[in-house]
Amino acid sequence: MNTEELTKLRHTAREALRLREGQLPTDGFEFHVLVCGGTGCVSSGCKSVRNALVDEVTKRGLEQKVRVIETGCLGPCNLGPIVTVYPDGVFYHKVTADDAVFIVREHLEQGRVVQGLLYRSPETGQLLRTWPEIPFFRKQRRIVLRNCGLIDPLSIGEYIARDGYAALPRVLGGMTPEAVIEEVRKSGLRGRGGAGFPTGVKWDAARRAPGNPKYVVCNGDEGDPGAFMDRSVLEGDPHSVLEGMAICGYAVDAAKGYAYIRAEYPLAIENFQAAIDQARAGGLLGRNILDLGFDFDVEIRVGAGAFVCGEETALLNSIAGKRGEPRPRPPFPAQCGLFDKPTVINNVETWANIPPIITNGGDWYAAIGTEKSKGTKVFALAGKVINTGLVEVPLGTTLREVVCDIGGGVKDGKKLKAVQTGGPSGGAIPAEQIDTPIDYEALAALGSIMGSGGMIVVDEDTCMVDLARFFLEFVQDESCGKCTPCRIGTRRMYEILTRLSQGRAQKGDVDLLIELAHVIKNSALCGLGQTGPNPVLSTTANYRHEYDLHALEKKCPTGACPMRIKPAQARK
Amino acid sequence: MATVKLTIDNNPVEVEQETTVLEAARSLGISIPTLCHLRELNQVGACRMCIVEVEGARSYPASCTLPVSEGMVVRTATPGVRAARKMILELILSDHPNECLICIRNGHCELQAAADTLGVREVRFQRMSRRLHPKDDSGSAVIREPQKCIYCRRCVSVCAGVQGVEAVGPQLRGFSTVIAPPYNLPLAESVCVNCGQCLLVCPVGAIYERDETASVWAALADPAKHVVVQTAPATRVTLGEAFGMPPGTPVTGKMVAALRRLGFDRVFDTDFTADLTIVEESNELLNRMKNGGVLPQITSCSPGWVKFIEHFYQDLLPHLSTSKSPQQMFGALAKTYYAEEAGVDPADIVVVSVMPCTAKKFEAGRPEMQSSGHRDVDVVLTTRELVRMLKEAGIDLTRLPDEEYDAPLGISTGAGAIFGATGGVMEAALRTAYEVATGKPLPKVDIKEVRGLEGIKQAVIDFEGTPVKVLVAHGLRHARTLMEKLKAGELSEYHFIEVMCCPGGCIGGGGQPIGTDSEDRRRRIEGIYRVDKNMKLRKSHENPAVIRLYADFLGRPLGEKSHRLLHTHYVRRSAHPVLTE
Repeated sequence: MNTEELTKLRHTAREALRLREGQLPTDGFEFHVLVCGGTGCVSSGCKSVRNALVDEVTKRGLEQKVRVIETGCLGPCNLGPIVTVYPDGVFYHKVTADDAVFIVREHLEQGRVVQGLLYRSPETGQLLRTWPEIPFFRKQRRIVLRNCGLIDPLSIGEYIARDGYAALPRVLGGMTPEAVIEEVRKSGLRGRGGAGFPTGVKWDAARRAPGNPKYVVCNGDEGDPGAFMDRSVLEGDPHSVLEGMAICGYAVDAAKGYAYIRAEYPLAIENFQAAIDQARAGGLLGRNILDLGFDFDVEIRVGAGAFVCGEETALLNSIAGKRGEPRPRPPFPAQCGLFDKPTVINNVETWANIPPIITNGGDWYAAIGTEKSKGTKVFALAGKVINTGLVEVPLGTTLREVVCDIGGGVKDGKKLKAVQTGGPSGGAIPAEQIDTPIDYEALAALGSIMGSGGMIVVDEDTCMVDLARFFLEFVQDESCGKCTPCRIGTRRMYEILTRLSQGRAQKGDVDLLIELAHVIKNSALCGLGQTGPNPVLSTTANYRHEYDLHALEKKCPTGACPMRIKPAQARK
Repeated sequence: MATVKLTIDNNPVEVEQETTVLEAARSLGISIPTLCHLRELNQVGACRMCIVEVEGARSYPASCTLPVSEGMVVRTATPGVRAARKMILELILSDHPNECLICIRNGHCELQAAADTLGVREVRFQRMSRRLHPKDDSGSAVIREPQKCIYCRRCVSVCAGVQGVEAVGPQLRGFSTVIAPPYNLPLAESVCVNCGQCLLVCPVGAIYERDETASVWAALADPAKHVVVQTAPATRVTLGEAFGMPPGTPVTGKMVAALRRLGFDRVFDTDFTADLTIVEESNELLNRMKNGGVLPQITSCSPGWVKFIEHFYQDLLPHLSTSKSPQQMFGALAKTYYAEEAGVDPADIVVVSVMPCTAKKFEAGRPEMQSSGHRDVDVVLTTRELVRMLKEAGIDLTRLPDEEYDAPLGISTGAGAIFGATGGVMEAALRTAYEVATGKPLPKVDIKEVRGLEGIKQAVIDFEGTPVKVLVAHGLRHARTLMEKLKAGELSEYHFIEVMCCPGGCIGGGGQPIGTDSEDRRRRIEGIYRVDKNMKLRKSHENPAVIRLYADFLGRPLGEKSHRLLHTHYVRRSAHPVLTE
């Protein structure tokens, strides 16, 4: 396909999608019924809902009028399975297969909205017809998730209809590589994998680094417990990642990209591979893209389940067929990365930000967010919060807005105790700090990190020793075993925390735990080891009294810890 | 090369650009502790003992992997750094058996030394969980005790980087990690070639040779046994090191005296059968050249190399000389020729070897090595095991007189001696082959092109109009390079290739003193050539005992008896062993 054909295709594709914008259809269809097919909704049974819809539509001979489309994740996972009926955008939640049959008969045949499946506002008690009205979506700004839940991820046409593959021809057709990098630099975009390194600076370093060929890598080895931002983007909008990678390939002069996706994400792998195949077939990947003289192709590498492979140097080792272990930096991947060649490695969310930045300009992006943290960030909201799921907010939004407004507040009327960001590498931010605006620096100042987007709400019934123990169990289990502080140190931390939680603490345990945490933070080889002790450092800093209670009085204030082994028994 | 200025502990220093902070500090006489670093071989930043404080850095980087940069300000021993190092060491000790008193490395252990240097007097993580990995004593030469392993990765780096074998690597992960063959196979079933380069660099007692001193003590104490010993060319320039002598000091006469003091009935020299190997092997070469045999011929006296080619280049086995190694020729003759001469029943003879090599233990146990009708070589001791015996017996090598080897199996030439250094077999073979082929005396005995520590060397020797092209490789990674070329048909114009498994040849073997480095290798090689220079005879075919051996017993080179006693065959082994059942 060349650019002209692409424009033509975009035009046709837009026509087909008009219905979803509430406009009159031109192809005879009267309804688009979107079923959320993200992994979260799959778990709650969306496949049988979709099948029931399709069967019923067929049975009633509505195939010419109704299209049933399986989309990626829309976000509010606790409301799934979700069905949205266009042109009106009526939002049905917690739909069963029986409900689906009813929707076809009532809504699609009779034109009557099924009131019983609508979402009821917890604030006003009113029934809300469309999803943008729901509080969960109100404070969100969806740039990364712009297509998630709204298009069929297996259709390149639907991506193109929504301005997909508009940035790539613009870049290839009229921008110098330097100008592309400048636009990304201007946007202020920082790495969304967690560390927050300025993306434009990284690209520039790789462009300038001597060595050929160069590589572009997508880090899709998301592994923080409870986090699924990258999975949803890969499942729901794979082309946005591909397009971002291709743009970078042009900017840094790389012809080959790898997407490293963990094996536990089968649907993401399937959809991403389908996107690669379609893009290749459409001349948007491969040789001479859009007849504009640029070659770029992408291949998937499936990760085998090690958390540490999310660390960039470990990931590059794994792609190269070596054991997935981090190596010291410098040299950084931009100088010496995959196969020892200059490599840009960015996370899925970072890639998905690229096409809109190019389309709308770096200044547009830089106008969103705070002074040092630009744009939006996707979070996986979980824990003791009413609304769980995937949310995207402008940086600078406060934790309170996310937890209380979007999340609907703490479950069961309990009191908020803390918010854990950054997964096992982050820290627990106490409830008193809930008005902190979310940006890289503010979270770091509170002893946590932005991380890749895990956000776990902790209520008053949660024991902080138990919480720290949960994360340290994870960290020590996922340590690669290369350096001493992480291999043995995180294990020892876990063992001390276990002693505390079992009422077997020894004298000086809490101080030893803290001293050890500092040593590991300062001396471990890679980012995972260095941040592994954060859950302990942040909870001992803010909840030391809980630790002392476990250690000295052998009591757990919340009753979460077993504390079952009496000191007398432990001594035997 | 461009230089960089930085400050370490308030001392300004200017070093080359690629230098690490660790090396820069060393150049100032500041010693930063490390348990994993091996210059150019293992710079992985695993142990984290060498952490330093760098102004402006978020954490303490490891100085072994940190390149210097302009204006860097480094402090190597701040209270924070020292406390962190101490705690890291405590962590290691909390996962270590701490059986120092009965460990093979007692007194020569880097972990022990570090605990002392850093003044660790308590381990606050004691009585917490420890890894439980069983000892692997499946190997005939090398024993692994993973519980003692401190994960420095030196063995992994040497096995892959120097030897290109990759027999061991990290398996599993986190606290359960174990350095082992793939699939946690026993070493005996792996591609390990028994070279022992790993145990030379192990900082602790996690890998070591199979100690067979007990069976030697038992044989020596048994009046019914006639115990003969042979000493390899390379042991005479390293044995002195354990007694405080500089590397490369030849201690041949004192070693002979010491072995007699231990009670060996005869003290013989592997140099004698090295001469014999040369006669057989050069005749084999000339025969292949004359009769269109498979060329280039490759030497076969290094048992680590032999197992390597059996695993990785089975199709090239026809290139390997069928001549046995000097150790095995000796064993076969000791229990036939010598038994007859001395009137001793071969069943009563115990042949002990003192070798610079761990792979020789494996070689002696190969089923092919019983051509005397008995196991030809009964026990193989490494240089280190002999040191242990001498120390236990209270023999101080430095205070012994020089004594002579026994005849006839103790008579040798300088050509036999240089077997111990890389290029030595080639040089010895060329000295003989030239004279056998041309019938004329060799104009220049020293063939310097094949000497030295360069990984791959080559030379062309003019055999009176016939140019003979030879190659020499040492260290299996270099051997692999040559084999790849040979496989690709790029070495067809060459006639003879010498391969030594270990870097530097046998003077750098896995049975030599722990901690062998390039400087040690260089000095030992000098020692070897000094031995050669001081010999009256320097060509194997001029060895009178060898001449008499052919006249009285063997007949002729490559003859029927030679074929039976002095030649062998090889086994095809898998390059990718996996668990069966």
